[in-house]
This record gives sequence, structure tokens and C-alpha cells, in this order.
Amino acid sequence: MWKSRNDEKPTVSPTIPQPPAPVAPASTTYQPRTLETPKMESYRADVAHIGKSVIIKGELSGSEDLYLDGEVEGNIDLHDHNLVIGPNGKVRANVSAREVIVHGKVDGNIVGVDKVELKKSAVLSGDISTQRIVIEDGAFFKGGIDIRKAEVKTTPAAPPFSSSSSPTLLDEDN
Amino acid sequence: MGFFRNLIGGDDDSPRASAGKPLRVERYSTGFEQFTHAIRESEGLSVLDLGPTSPANLEYITGLGHRATNEDVLSAACSGRYLMPGEEEGTTIVDVSRFLATELQYADESFDAVMLWDLCDYLPEPLVKPVIERVRRITRPHGVLLAFFHSREAASPDAETCYCRYHIRNHRLLELEQGKPYPLQRTFQNRHVENLFRGYASIKFFLGKENIREVVLLR
Repeated sequence: MWKSRNDEKPTVSPTIPQPPAPVAPASTTYQPRTLETPKMESYRADVAHIGKSVIIKGELSGSEDLYLDGEVEGNIDLHDHNLVIGPNGKVRANVSAREVIVHGKVDGNIVGVDKVELKKSAVLSGDISTQRIVIEDGAFFKGGIDIRKAEVKTTPAAPPFSSSSSPTLLDEDN
Repeated sequence: MGFFRNLIGGDDDSPRASAGKPLRVERYSTGFEQFTHAIRESEGLSVLDLGPTSPANLEYITGLGHRATNEDVLSAACSGRYLMPGEEEGTTIVDVSRFLATELQYADESFDAVMLWDLCDYLPEPLVKPVIERVRRITRPHGVLLAFFHSREAASPDAETCYCRYHIRNHRLLELEQGKPYPLQRTFQNRHVENLFRGYASIKFFLGKENIREVVLLR
């Protein structure tokens, strides 16, 4: 009556042939496995995270994407990487990054090379300089906005027809 | 504002009134059309919006190739941050000098165009003249200003006047959204408006609908 069914057994039956075991590497040192992960997963793994209990005074710079939910007083420079200021983030600093998304509070100027996005909970007192800007209804903004035109990359050996079409594409992107 | 009279009165058939969101109505504005005509003639101007943050306004201004600056002066004035004890016990007054030391901090002649909307009708009395004087200072000569004023009828108890946020839809169409419950402080006669902006090169009045006068000024 209480005899368990065979298909509920978690262990593999010894009668079932096992797949061949992977060949052990010659070196005994630890080799991390490379897994095929979705793009978003790998993106999250690459983002540095500063939690809401962290307070930083001074210059914050880096060469990876950053999610900032704590407090920063000073300067933030991420060069070609993205910055997300979380809903608990409080920044009293000038910010420079490729893309800047603000959920929290910023008191300082923002330079977003590609884009600056103010979410509805954002409170920004400072100027914005960027190519593209998105402001959600409900965001508080006190300051100026400079929209910088995208730099047109000239290719010396470009055929005549492509040289006339590329600026149009860049303009549409803005 | 009078535009909302019907909606506030319970016009539940209105799709914008039934969604539980702030009420919104659209209206054409001749004054705004004149204002945009002035700022569309050239690129790279500095435009100051003194209303609450409006993504539509910032997008419109920057879309014309201008630099957009936003400062919600009324919100700051009504925040209570600038109140100090008055001479009589239990009263408070606005600390004008502290307000001006913190707000509207721009270099002289910084802006080519300023959108005041109906700020003057809602500002606390001690701030009206100092703010308008500061606006005059930070506006360049030949700069253009847009201001709205309620008529006397708007102040009557049955006018259902409410404070509005202005969103630009296009060069002549504005969307009005019911804003915070700031009380209408006063109404200006045309003569008062002329006195308030004395020294400006020109002033044009446009009689709008719903108890509103639209004014376009040239510094």
C-alpha cells in the first residue's frame, strides 16, 4: 500500500547507462564553468551594487555599470558605463556616465553621454547634459537641460551615397 | 481655473475625469502661439519654465533646439521653508530675502524667454514684486515672457478656480492638468499688470476664454 512508485525515486537506476563523464583537465587548478546564461542575467552579474546603508564621501569612479542605492557626496565618474540611482539613493555630486537613470534624489549636475532618464520618483536639482532625455511625469526637476547633438563619425573611405545618409540616421536617433 | 468648472462639477462622462487621475483639458492659446512664434525663429535660446516640472514642456523646448531650464517657483514659495515668525505673536511671514537668496539664482540676462504661466496669481503677496523684478533681471533685453492672469470673475466663489499645470502639446495647444490645491491669491486688472511689468518694451493682452487673460511681454 505505501510502497513508493519507482518513478518517484530521485536516484538514478544503476541499470540506466550513464553519459560519459567529462574529461578532467590536465591541470588541477580550479576552472570556473562557463555557462550559457541569458543576456539579462549576465548584465546583472556585471553591475556593481551599492546598498542603501552605504555612505560614500569622496570620488567614486569605475569601469563597470553601477546600481547605487546609498548616499554619495563628492563626484561620480563611470566613463562609458551606466549608472542607476535607486529609489533610496541620495547623491550630492556631479555625475558622469554613459547612461544615467535616476529613481532617487540628486543634487548636482548630470552628464549622460548617451541618455539621462528621470523616473517619476526622481528629484533632481542640477543641470543635465546629454544626447537624449526621458522624464517621467511626476519627476521633480530644477535646473537646465542641454541636449548635445551626437558626434557624426566621418569615415574617410565611405562611398558617396552613405556619407549623405548617415547624418540623417543620427538625427532620427535624437 | 475655470476650464475645470464643468469637470469638477461632476461631469462623470468625461473620460479624463473618471480615471481617478488628475483632470486634464486641452485648449488653444493665442498668447502661447505668439510666444512660440518668437522662440521658433532661432535655435539655441535659453528658455525658463517657472511652472511645475512638465516632461512635455521640456521635450518641446529642447526639441526646438533650445536650452530648457525648469524651476517650480510656486512650489518653493508654498513649501513653508521660507516662513519666519511675524511681528504679531502666532503669525508667520515670508522671508523674501532668504527666498531670493535660494530661488531663481541665475546670472543677469540669462534667458531669452520665460514662461511664467499664472504664477503671479498664486504667489504669496510679499513675493510678487520681488519675483517679477528678479525675472526681469535674468531676462535678456528683447527677451519674451508669457504670463496668464485670471480675470475678476475667476475669483468669485462659484468659479471653481483651481491651480493648473500647463503642458505644451504643440505650438498653440496647451493641456491643463489640475495641480496642487494652491489658493488663488488675487486677480490683477490690466492696469495692475502694466504696473507690474513697467519698463518692458511691449505688452500684449489676449483675452482668452474662461476668465483668463494671456499676456505676452517683450523685455
